[in-house]
Amino acid sequence: MSNNDKVFPLRFFDPRRTARKDSEAVPEQPDGVDHARRKLLKGLGTVGVATASAASSPAWGGATLKDTWGDFFQDHYQRMSPDEIQAALGRIERRAKQRYGVDIQCENTPPQPGVVFGYAINISRCQGYRDCVSACVEENNHGRDPESTQYIRVLEMDQGSRSLERSEHYYDPETVPVEGKYYLPVQCQQCDDPPCVKACPVQATWMEPDGIVVVDYNWCIGCRYCMTACPYWARHFNWKEPDIPAEDMNPNTHYLGNRPRPKGVVEKCHFCIQRTRKGQQPACMEACPTGARVFGNLMDPNSEIRYILANKTVFRLKEELGTEPKFWYFTD
Amino acid sequence: MTLFNFLRDGVREMLRGGWLYRIWLGVLLIVIVIGVGFYVNQLRFGLVTTGMSDQVSWGFYIANFAFLVGVAASAVLLVVPAYVFHRKDIKDVVLLGEGMAVAAVVTAMLFVIVDMGRPDRLWHMIPLLGRFNFPISLLAWDVVVLTGYLLLNLCIPLLMLFTRYRGGEPNLNLYFPFILLAIVWAISIHTVTAFLFSANSARPFWHTALLGPRFIASAFVSGPALFILALQLIRRTANYPVSPKVIDTLAIIMTIALQISLFFVIAELFTDFYNEGEHAASVHYLYLGLEGFQALRPWIWSALALNITAVIILMIHPLRRNRVTLSLACVLAFVGIWIEKGMGLVVPGFIPTPLGEIFEYTPTANEILIAIGCWSVGILIFTLLAKAGISIETGRLRQAAEQ
Repeated sequence: MSNNDKVFPLRFFDPRRTARKDSEAVPEQPDGVDHARRKLLKGLGTVGVATASAASSPAWGGATLKDTWGDFFQDHYQRMSPDEIQAALGRIERRAKQRYGVDIQCENTPPQPGVVFGYAINISRCQGYRDCVSACVEENNHGRDPESTQYIRVLEMDQGSRSLERSEHYYDPETVPVEGKYYLPVQCQQCDDPPCVKACPVQATWMEPDGIVVVDYNWCIGCRYCMTACPYWARHFNWKEPDIPAEDMNPNTHYLGNRPRPKGVVEKCHFCIQRTRKGQQPACMEACPTGARVFGNLMDPNSEIRYILANKTVFRLKEELGTEPKFWYFTD
Repeated sequence: MTLFNFLRDGVREMLRGGWLYRIWLGVLLIVIVIGVGFYVNQLRFGLVTTGMSDQVSWGFYIANFAFLVGVAASAVLLVVPAYVFHRKDIKDVVLLGEGMAVAAVVTAMLFVIVDMGRPDRLWHMIPLLGRFNFPISLLAWDVVVLTGYLLLNLCIPLLMLFTRYRGGEPNLNLYFPFILLAIVWAISIHTVTAFLFSANSARPFWHTALLGPRFIASAFVSGPALFILALQLIRRTANYPVSPKVIDTLAIIMTIALQISLFFVIAELFTDFYNEGEHAASVHYLYLGLEGFQALRPWIWSALALNITAVIILMIHPLRRNRVTLSLACVLAFVGIWIEKGMGLVVPGFIPTPLGEIFEYTPTANEILIAIGCWSVGILIFTLLAKAGISIETGRLRQAAEQ
């Protein structure tokens, strides 16, 4: 079977093809959040991977010999001097220009002192719109074809059960939410004892001082052992170099975050490091129309997330595995 | 009679041979070149050329890797009787066993390299120059034990052959500590490879203490099976005396190992299916299918049938002693274990995913041709090592060098 025959038997959620039906009125909820939004998710059918059409890069990918040399011998992120990091950022920007024709800004904003990020999701508010998914794809420069990486999976769950085995990943009804279902968004749980970090044979992934588990895309060897170690299916591999249309490229990037990734390396949700280290909300939280998502500093006793941990009944996914996620779920 | 002369004569001997031998080398080379061609394709477009996905992120390559580490480890079954129990007949073939271990380890490593997304960054694993996550990462452990095993199995036989090439007899007392180390090391390579999988609490299918013992038991089937077949081939083609007692011993070891291996399978099936919970979803997928997805079902039942047929043949003394039926049992068990410990072990670990998604995997032609290329590299290495080794052992090379 040639690769062109490869067919994904399941449908993939494509944010670009998601149409929104705002006209239909839905009773206003007591908390005042506008719920009059429904999603029309078009059936996507099966999608083949067109390897043959993938752009073949010229020798050195169009880069200068100096950049190629610099890329090859680039040291581990944590061992680079400030000058070496600046040189690396320059190479990333030039590469994005060559590959995608876009001027991007690749930064290296450091973690803020006294900050450890955490996330909490109110699953009684989540309606399964998947606006977080589309916002994440756009913010984090993911490929736009349907089989491209998405950091967030919103699972459609049966009321009365929390079985992931019985969850629906590709729910595609006329409108959401569906009667008898609730929705559970899953992304990297930013474990405090991350099994993926233990698994990596070259320390290409680690936990930053602000609690974010990051990947040095220039150090990862692509063995994918971290993907087998992750209990939340939060790690994704670049099976090919992502295709991002120039007009869709988000030019504000971070070395450890949303910069365009090379093929053959693993990536994951990084709590929108390019935004959150500058005090902005992660894209998924900003996009959520129901206010189900709460992101904040766990070290700040006055933060909303600390209020939730202190006053709501929360749970964490697969807590029994001892991974200590910094990601909580709660209900009203 | 320097080391240089020894290596030069050894390489010369590897390339010398009748027309059948040369055709054999030629065929292997062609298959390797084809594999390299498809590997270039994979490097160019990325691993999208394989059937793997974020859901099933390891496939045919890692399946063959796990299997081959077992074949490599089973060389210990010759080393122990040869050097610890001083069985003269086994001592005559032990170098061939070590040659097979070298070939199997190299091929196993090759399978890991072709599976890597960024083989150009292999140097990141070199301590100090790169950043080697030892002793935390089990993959780092695997690199250490496989490299060490390769060195042990290259150096010990090489030095022994060198002594023999110079007309001497190796002083076994000198080698004994290293041979003991190699014995422990052989068990360690397969244990670490099993731990590589069983370390993942995210994957209930692998997360069982039985995985290590299962790996060892099945390795002691597949290794002797392959070795018995290779010995019969060598005896016919290379004019090299192989005592029938060697094959008898290996056949008995294989019989017992296969019985234990099947017992372990039963133990796992019982634990998973009696009071079946979500941890059993992968086993359910493997043997019975899950929600209509059942790509591996025919494979695993074939493996079970092959292994059971093989064990029945092996348990009937006249059939085990008959070379034809023994060879048949070896082929059946080899294929059976290859399925069980290859695709049957690696792929179900990913199905369903930790989030409960069922997404199937089928290797692509590109992937299979690269894998065939890797296997050919292994067969080529074994052929060349065996060819030179036999000549040195029998003193033919020395006679030639003296003339």
